Amino acid sequence: MSLDREQVRKIAHLARLHITEPEAAAYAESLSRILGLIEQMNAVDTAGVAPMAHPNEAGLRLRADAVSETDQREKFQKIAPAVEAGLYLVPKVIE
Amino acid sequence: MEWETVIGLEVHAQLMTRSKAFSGAATKYGAEPNTQACAVDIALPGVLPVFNKEAARMAVKFGLAIGAAINHRSVFARKNYFYPDLPKGYQISQYELPVVARGQITIDVDGAEKVVGITRAHLEEDAGKSLHEDFHGMTGIDLNRAGTPLLEIVSEPDLRSSKEAVAYLKKLHELVRYLEICDGNMQEGSFRCDANVSVRPKGEQKFGTRAELKNINSFRFVEKAIEFEVERQIDLIESGGKVIQETRLYDSDKNVTRSMRSKEEAMDYRYFPDPDLPPLVLDEAFISDVKKTLPELPDAKRARFMKDYGLNAYDAGVLTGSRELADYYEQVVRESKADSKIAANWITVELAAFLNRDNKDITASPVTVAMMSGLLKRLADNTISGKIAKEVFEAMWNGEGDADAVIEKKGLKQITDTGAIEKVIDEIIAKNPKQLEQYRAGKEALFGYFVGQVMKATQGKANPAQVNELLRKKLGA
Repeated sequence: MSLDREQVRKIAHLARLHITEPEAAAYAESLSRILGLIEQMNAVDTAGVAPMAHPNEAGLRLRADAVSETDQREKFQKIAPAVEAGLYLVPKVIE
Repeated sequence: MEWETVIGLEVHAQLMTRSKAFSGAATKYGAEPNTQACAVDIALPGVLPVFNKEAARMAVKFGLAIGAAINHRSVFARKNYFYPDLPKGYQISQYELPVVARGQITIDVDGAEKVVGITRAHLEEDAGKSLHEDFHGMTGIDLNRAGTPLLEIVSEPDLRSSKEAVAYLKKLHELVRYLEICDGNMQEGSFRCDANVSVRPKGEQKFGTRAELKNINSFRFVEKAIEFEVERQIDLIESGGKVIQETRLYDSDKNVTRSMRSKEEAMDYRYFPDPDLPPLVLDEAFISDVKKTLPELPDAKRARFMKDYGLNAYDAGVLTGSRELADYYEQVVRESKADSKIAANWITVELAAFLNRDNKDITASPVTVAMMSGLLKRLADNTISGKIAKEVFEAMWNGEGDADAVIEKKGLKQITDTGAIEKVIDEIIAKNPKQLEQYRAGKEALFGYFVGQVMKATQGKANPAQVNELLRKKLGA
């Protein structure tokens, strides 16, 4: 399986990455090689092997339901590009 | 052509945890913008999510209540999309392996029972809120809600009408509140619903193309949005068009649905297991601990109310509509020792009407269990008649004290002294010789006239049963 440049451009758009035309060609090639490796793994018979969701076999650590964070809005908003009335301002998004 | 409607619902129930799903920020509704959005919620670099045990407990509680298998191992995945209400660039959700597997609930539509399948329920995090009012041409973002735990409950496409959809939704709403996992406040968005709606010719096995309706925030709107959408799809197909798979927004002001964005590229979410979060592993001990906390569920309570209190299905249904109302009823019956049906009547008719009128919840009723019990006691021991009791009830509602205080203050005590009632009757008869003559000549309908005159003369305080009995004796003489 291989990716063409059109697919690479689409993936880049979904990830909001700006890539140039030569880059698209290079990515198409290197990503295709990764897919090739996956195909190789797909060929192995894994019937009866549980999928590994995480290299660390441990389960998820759970925390008690307690409020441990205090309000740090002022600090956070100091580094935000634009704020008003306690809100973070972003370029207009309309559905 | 005859058409069949096919509906599946996706409900997002905000879990009532104190802190967020993956951070220790508070989840309280209505705080100042961004004062409950910590470094994890606003996605500063280097932060890591740690999952809230209570959210897992609540999801399991729900699963057990709908008879579903609980997956001992479930996996959090990233659902990737860019929107500023989730600054990470993805929502943490569950995809291939949700915590709750297939279950079911039974709904009642026009007296007929129907089992509705629940495909799955999975844990995820809520997004923040975008405020589109004018901020110099920019959008304001409040991330207080970002990271609040949600349980997304997905039904099978088993529903065949807007009525069934509403019945299902109400049942689910009742259930999550019974389980105390969600406050069910639709106004504040803690219980939200998306509806997948399609139509197909009756008898056809294959599903039609569906539209997903969003932004429906009341039971009434669910019904109206679905009805509008069904009509739209049928009109479209009958006029030669084709339904396209898309997301549509319900506009309650205009009662229409309109296209929002093409959902054809749903696969674009590029789900993958979240590398920050190992699988959620819940062992048998955890699940059986949760099982011990399950309350009596609505259906069981309803059946018990019918059996133990001799109530009909309707009254039992109303009284078990919420745990709080059911508790109120049971406490009143216990305290007042009143007839269980009379107590049910007072609560489902009089109290319900006042709660409804003043838009109050049972927990905020000015007439407490003790006050209601006091009233029923005075009714049972004949201190007051049913008619006067309504007056006493209203006075209690208006904060004029308990039943005994109101009866005393307003002098509402029922007249049960036979001699006193006889005296009034004699006066009335003496004052109405013409009516008496007509009555004795066979105009029986005049009996009511005499009752009315006696009640009027006693300001409604004479015991009605005694008045009837004594009048009959005297008029007949």
